[in-house]
Amino acid sequence: MRKVLRGIKLEHKKNTMDCATEYLPTPNEVRISMSQHIGASCEPLVAVGDTVKIGQKIGDTDAFVSAPVHSSVSGKVTSIERIMSIQGTYDPMVTIRTDGKHERWEGLEPPTVNTREEFVAAVRESGIVGLGGAAFPASVKYSPKNLAEVNTLIINGAECEPYITSDYRTMIEQADDVVKGTEIVMKHLEMERAYIGIESNKPKAISLLEELTKDKPIDVVRLRSLYPKGAERVLIYEISGKALPAGKLPADVGVLVSNVTSIAAVAHYFTTGNPLTRKRITVDGDAVADPKNIMAPIGTKIYEIVAFCGGYKAQPSKLLMGGPMMGRSIYDDGKPIIKNNNAILALSEKEVSKIGHETQCINCGRCVDNCPIELMPTTIMRAYERGDAEDLKALNVGVCMECGCCAYVCPARKPLSLLNRMAKAFLAESERKAAEAAKAAEERGDE
Amino acid sequence: MHEDYRFGNLIVSGSPHIVGKTDTTRIMGQVLIALAPAFGFAVWSYGARAIFLTAVCVISCVVFEYLFEMVTKRANTVSDLSAAVTGVILAFNLPVTLPYWMAVIGAFVAIVITKQLFGGIGRNFANPAITARVVLFVAFSSEMTTWAVPGHIFFSVDAVTSATPLGILNEGGAAAGLPSNLDMFLGTVGGSMGEVSALALLIGGAFLLLRKIISPAIPVAFIGSVFVFALVAGQDPVFHICAGGVMLGALFMATDYSTSPITVKGKIIFGIGCGVITMMIRLFGAYPEGVSFAILIMNLIVPHIDKATRRPLYGTKRGAAKGVM
Repeated sequence: MRKVLRGIKLEHKKNTMDCATEYLPTPNEVRISMSQHIGASCEPLVAVGDTVKIGQKIGDTDAFVSAPVHSSVSGKVTSIERIMSIQGTYDPMVTIRTDGKHERWEGLEPPTVNTREEFVAAVRESGIVGLGGAAFPASVKYSPKNLAEVNTLIINGAECEPYITSDYRTMIEQADDVVKGTEIVMKHLEMERAYIGIESNKPKAISLLEELTKDKPIDVVRLRSLYPKGAERVLIYEISGKALPAGKLPADVGVLVSNVTSIAAVAHYFTTGNPLTRKRITVDGDAVADPKNIMAPIGTKIYEIVAFCGGYKAQPSKLLMGGPMMGRSIYDDGKPIIKNNNAILALSEKEVSKIGHETQCINCGRCVDNCPIELMPTTIMRAYERGDAEDLKALNVGVCMECGCCAYVCPARKPLSLLNRMAKAFLAESERKAAEAAKAAEERGDE
Repeated sequence: MHEDYRFGNLIVSGSPHIVGKTDTTRIMGQVLIALAPAFGFAVWSYGARAIFLTAVCVISCVVFEYLFEMVTKRANTVSDLSAAVTGVILAFNLPVTLPYWMAVIGAFVAIVITKQLFGGIGRNFANPAITARVVLFVAFSSEMTTWAVPGHIFFSVDAVTSATPLGILNEGGAAAGLPSNLDMFLGTVGGSMGEVSALALLIGGAFLLLRKIISPAIPVAFIGSVFVFALVAGQDPVFHICAGGVMLGALFMATDYSTSPITVKGKIIFGIGCGVITMMIRLFGAYPEGVSFAILIMNLIVPHIDKATRRPLYGTKRGAAKGVM
C-alpha cells in the first residue's frame, strides 16, 4: 500500500474559474527584466533608440542555465537601466515605449527540428521557463544527463494554490496545445508515457483532457484536492511512487515534470513560432474590484493590470505575485510582471490581519504532523537558532519545498516556512565555507 | 515617481500569507471545554467547595502568570488561557478539602517555578500541575492524603477521612474491601477532586481526540500498558486503569504538548514508560499511587526520546510504494 502524503485542506477561493481569459490592451510602456529565470541574467541585445517588434529577441547570454528574453510589444527602446526587480535583485531592465503598430518580428517561424539537440535549441530560443512559478529554463530541464533513463513525463495541472485559476484556464482554453506540447516533448525526448496530474476540484479540465488523450499514451491522473499536490516532490510521489532524496533532480528518478502552461507554450511555439511574450494571469484578492483572468504582455506594470480589473476596491495591505501559500509579496505595484507570474493577488488589511502575532512555540507538533514530506519544522527551527549546520543536514532541511503547510497550521503563528528557507541558506553557506576551508588547508599542505 | 511606491505601506513578508483558524488560545479553550465533565462530576460529588477550590487555583495561576510577566517585562500571555488550564488541572489533582492557601502555593510552584522560570509556555520541561502536586504531596502529605467521603453535597465538606481504593490495596486490604469496578468507572470513590470519574474524563478525552487537539498515541500507550502490566501481575486490569490518576494523567497531563515527545513513535514510548512506572510504584513501591511520579520522570527524558525518535524523510522507509504508473 502506498502511503498517502499529508496535506492540508484549504479554502479554494477559485472565484475566477469561469472567467474566460480577457486580453489586456497593449500598455503604452513595458519594462522587461533581463532576469526572469533561474540562472544567469541576460545581456540586452538592443540599445536605447532601437526599434523592436513583437517576438524579437532583446536579451540573451552564453550561459547554459538561462533563457533568452523577447520583446512583448512593438515600439522603441527608451531606456536600459538597472532597477530593483520583484525578486529584489538589480538586473538590467529594458523599457520599451509602444508604437501601437503591433508588428510581429519578421524572423519568427515555426522551428523545424530533426534531432534532440535541435529540439532543445529550439526550446531555448522560445524563452520558455517553468511557468508554474519556479522559472527554471525549459531547455535545461529537457537536457537531463541521464536521458536514456528518463522515460516518464509528468504534466503538472494540479494548481493547488487558492485563488489561482490561470493553469485551469490554459487547460480549458488551450487543451489541444497541452496535449500537443506533451506529444512534442515525448517524441523528441523519446519518452514512453506521460501523466497529466489535475486536482479533483477541476472536473471539467479532467474530462476534457481525458477525452483528448483517449487513444494516446497519456493518462490523466485525478489528484486528491489537498494542498500541496502540485508541489513537484509531492506530484512525483503521487504519480510515480518515487521519493526525491535531498539534492536529487526528478530526472534522477526517471521523471521530467513540466507545468501545463509551459507545455502549452511549447506547443504554441512549435505551431506558430511565437516565443513567450505574454502570460495568462489570475487577478484576484479581496482588494480587487473585478477579479479576472487576463492575458498580458510580459513587462506590463502591475497597477495597469489591476486597473484593467476595476482597480482596487480597498487599500491593499499585501500584493502577491503567485498564490497565498507560496507567492512572493511585492513592495511596489509599479513593477512589471515577469514570465513566471501566474497570479496577482491584492489582499486588504482585513484579510492580512487574520495572521495575528507570533507567540512562543507550544511544541504541539502540528507542523510535524502536516509536513507532506515528513520533515520536523520545529526541530529544524531549534537547530537553526543554535547555528547547528550538521544537525540541519541530518534533518534534511534541503528537501523542504517551502510549501508553507507548517506555518499555515502553526497555532503560535511561527513563520516556520521562512525559518526553513533561512536554515537552508545558512546550511548552504556553512557548507560552502567548510569546502573553502578544506581547500585552503589542502593548498597549505601542498606547499 | 508616480508609479514607484504607489503604496508605501504594502506589507512584505515571507510566505505563506494565510493561516489556519487554530491558534494557541483556541486550543487551550477546547482543553477547558474537555475538562468540564470532570469538573461537573466533582461539583456533583463534593459540592460547592469543588467550585471554590478550582476558582482559587485558576485565579492564582492567572495572577501569578500576569505578575511574573509584568515584573520580568515579558509579553502578557494570560489571554492564551494556558494558565487557566493549568489552574483547573492543578485543582483536579488536589483533595477537595485542601486548605486554600496550600492550593495557592501549588499555583506558585506550577506557574512561577515550573513554567515561567524556564521561559513560559512551551519551554517548561516538566508538567506544571504535576510538579505542583508532587511538591504539595511532599510538603503537606497529611492534607494531601485526607480524602473526603464523596456524595456530600454541602457548602463545606466535612473532613471525613475515607480511603482511596489504591490506599486500601496498598495497605494489603482484602479484595472485598475494594469498591466495585462500576463505582470506580463512574467515580463514586475517594480520591483527588477531578481524577475519580473515569467516565467524565473519558468524555472530555474523546472530545479532545475528535477535535484533534491530542493524538491517541499517549493515552492508548499509557492506559494500555497499565492494563497489560496489571494483567501480567495477576491483578484486575479494569480496577487499575480506573483507579487513581491514570485517566486524568493519560488524557490531560501526559498529553501536555510542551512536556511530551513530538513524533508518534516518541509518544508511544513515552506513554508506555508512564504506564510501566505507574504500575511499578503501585505494586512494588511504598506509595499507593504513582501516576504523578511516572509522568514527571518521563517528562525529564523527553529530550532524549525526541532525539532517538526523529522521523525519517518521506519515501525512505522500506517498501516504498507504487504509484499509478
